[in-house]
Amino acid sequence: MSFKIMPKSVFPDWVEHLRENYRVVAPVQKHGHFVFDEIETCDGLCLKSPPSVLPPKKYIMPPREILLQYELDGSNFETVIESEPTVILGMHSCDIHAVKLLDHVFSMGYAEQNYQAHRDNTYLVSIECMSPCTENSFCRDMGTASANDGYDLHMIDLGDVYAVYVNTRRGGRLLEGFRRVFESSPPDEERLNQKLSEKWQKFEYKLDFDIVEMSDVLHASYNCQHWGELGDICLACGMCTQVCPTCYCFDITDEADLLMQNGTRSRQWDSCQVNTFSEVAGGHDFREKLAARQRHRFMRKGKYQMDAFGMVGCVGCGRCATSCLVHITPIKVFNELHKRRQAEQPVEEIHHALI
Amino acid sequence: MRLSDGLKELDSIYAPMPARIAAVRKITEMENLYTIELPHKYRIRHRPGQFVQLSILGVGEAPISISSSPSRSDSAFELCVRRAGDLTSALHRMKRGDLVGIRGPFGRGFPVDNFQGKDILFVAGGLGLAPLRSLINQILDLRGNYGRVIILYGARSPKAMLFQGELIEWAARADVELHLTVDNPDGEWANSVGVITTLFKEVDIFPRNTAAVVVGPPIMYKFVIQELLNIDIPKGNIWLSFERRMKCGVGKCGHCQMNHLYTCQAGPTYSYAEIEGLPEALG
Repeated sequence: MSFKIMPKSVFPDWVEHLRENYRVVAPVQKHGHFVFDEIETCDGLCLKSPPSVLPPKKYIMPPREILLQYELDGSNFETVIESEPTVILGMHSCDIHAVKLLDHVFSMGYAEQNYQAHRDNTYLVSIECMSPCTENSFCRDMGTASANDGYDLHMIDLGDVYAVYVNTRRGGRLLEGFRRVFESSPPDEERLNQKLSEKWQKFEYKLDFDIVEMSDVLHASYNCQHWGELGDICLACGMCTQVCPTCYCFDITDEADLLMQNGTRSRQWDSCQVNTFSEVAGGHDFREKLAARQRHRFMRKGKYQMDAFGMVGCVGCGRCATSCLVHITPIKVFNELHKRRQAEQPVEEIHHALI
Repeated sequence: MRLSDGLKELDSIYAPMPARIAAVRKITEMENLYTIELPHKYRIRHRPGQFVQLSILGVGEAPISISSSPSRSDSAFELCVRRAGDLTSALHRMKRGDLVGIRGPFGRGFPVDNFQGKDILFVAGGLGLAPLRSLINQILDLRGNYGRVIILYGARSPKAMLFQGELIEWAARADVELHLTVDNPDGEWANSVGVITTLFKEVDIFPRNTAAVVVGPPIMYKFVIQELLNIDIPKGNIWLSFERRMKCGVGKCGHCQMNHLYTCQAGPTYSYAEIEGLPEALG
């Protein structure tokens, strides 16, 4: 694959160039945390940040978004589909994998126009992660420490320059009119491959089993007591799902103004961890226990999405672990389930299964 | 656009189609039957067992199963709605001519084609008769294509029974076997008393040629399924419908997900064989 070379010294000028036509968002530090926010200069921008508090998902599936606006008497009624031309700079490959899942979900069957509009207007510029970011991340295990596609442009830090892959035609547009990038030469390719091969040694496996076994591990763990232990400590705050780049469940609610003349219908992030999520008519709740809700969350992350779409439902970013007040972490949960499964499965049975 | 303008190309999967309440009929203390008309004689084109998202501006949306049969829904369709939550209470305050919104129909409905030539055993509990009525009338309108039609229906009391006019018609037909039961009889009640499973004693069923279609409250399913398994009806011929609070109806919002299944798309109708191993379906 061919790539271009952008000297680091011209990167701020490129951002300036992008800002002429796009809202540019990137990781910046706020109150000691990294968040994706609109930038005006490169001053606060940090391309080597740990995962942002909220994933960049917030730009393509906003936490709250108006879908319809109307007058309550029905005299006026319109759909609202809005988006703003946006470049997301500095996305990690885990978040790229997450967007690939979201793209699939929001385009299959009934394609959602609101998501599509954001997506069509959003350019993803990712940066190769050269070292693990936090103790909670396990992207190596989930196969998301790198991405072969899903971005428009992808940057790799080669020291004094960035290698920039142009993965899509629209990605190429981001470089149009900016003359200070160069075509790569064979020595650049050598440097790039050298850098990449050094990278993988730094990423350790944190799960005790391979991702291809994940679906089976979870299937076998459906009735594991560990869910009860998680349920006992879970606070049902829903933080794990709020910060998750692959969570997309939502609620739809109507709001009327005080005069009861105008109203809106909007979609907002919802969480399978909170106590009204699975309630049905008559107050019955088919997933009432906290243990069952945690199980549902991990089943989605490790099994349901994989079985249905062949895509990982968890990208190993570790945000849920970092945000959990009672320290429920996917690394510990998956390993614990695997350990108990191993303990329960007699050796003869394993041999028998092989014959 | 104006909601009353009628059908216009809608550019969002969340945009409801404007619809008009053509008639309201109070059928019990808690349930009304609404006749819903789409603009320009647009047909809803549903299958029995499918649902729509019923929308009231300023209040919200809720999934409601279609109660009329496709064979009788040419110009309008019917929704049988119990007054329970915010949206259904708001609907109960509405009257003929008022505007509502409709999205759908959603779900896959009952596999009517697979039922051809079979004896059909309907088991309805309470409001469960509302979606079942769509299938019952569809089958009665092509009666020759099916074997016996057996309807077991249980309600809290005689007054709580839905579609009483139709019950009388069905009872009068020689080609329909109707059996009724209530928990709390009044003085004039001449039928059975007790839970729905008591009615199984009243009928002789030939499992090799029977499909059972069961709709009722969650608690009813366990007992009725056991009863059906006891008489050897294959799991794949036991059909159920699940009430879940769909927000989107299009397989995304997650509210209706039972284990891995999005009920709004894969259901709300399932054979027992399909959901037997799913704790979030039958608990």
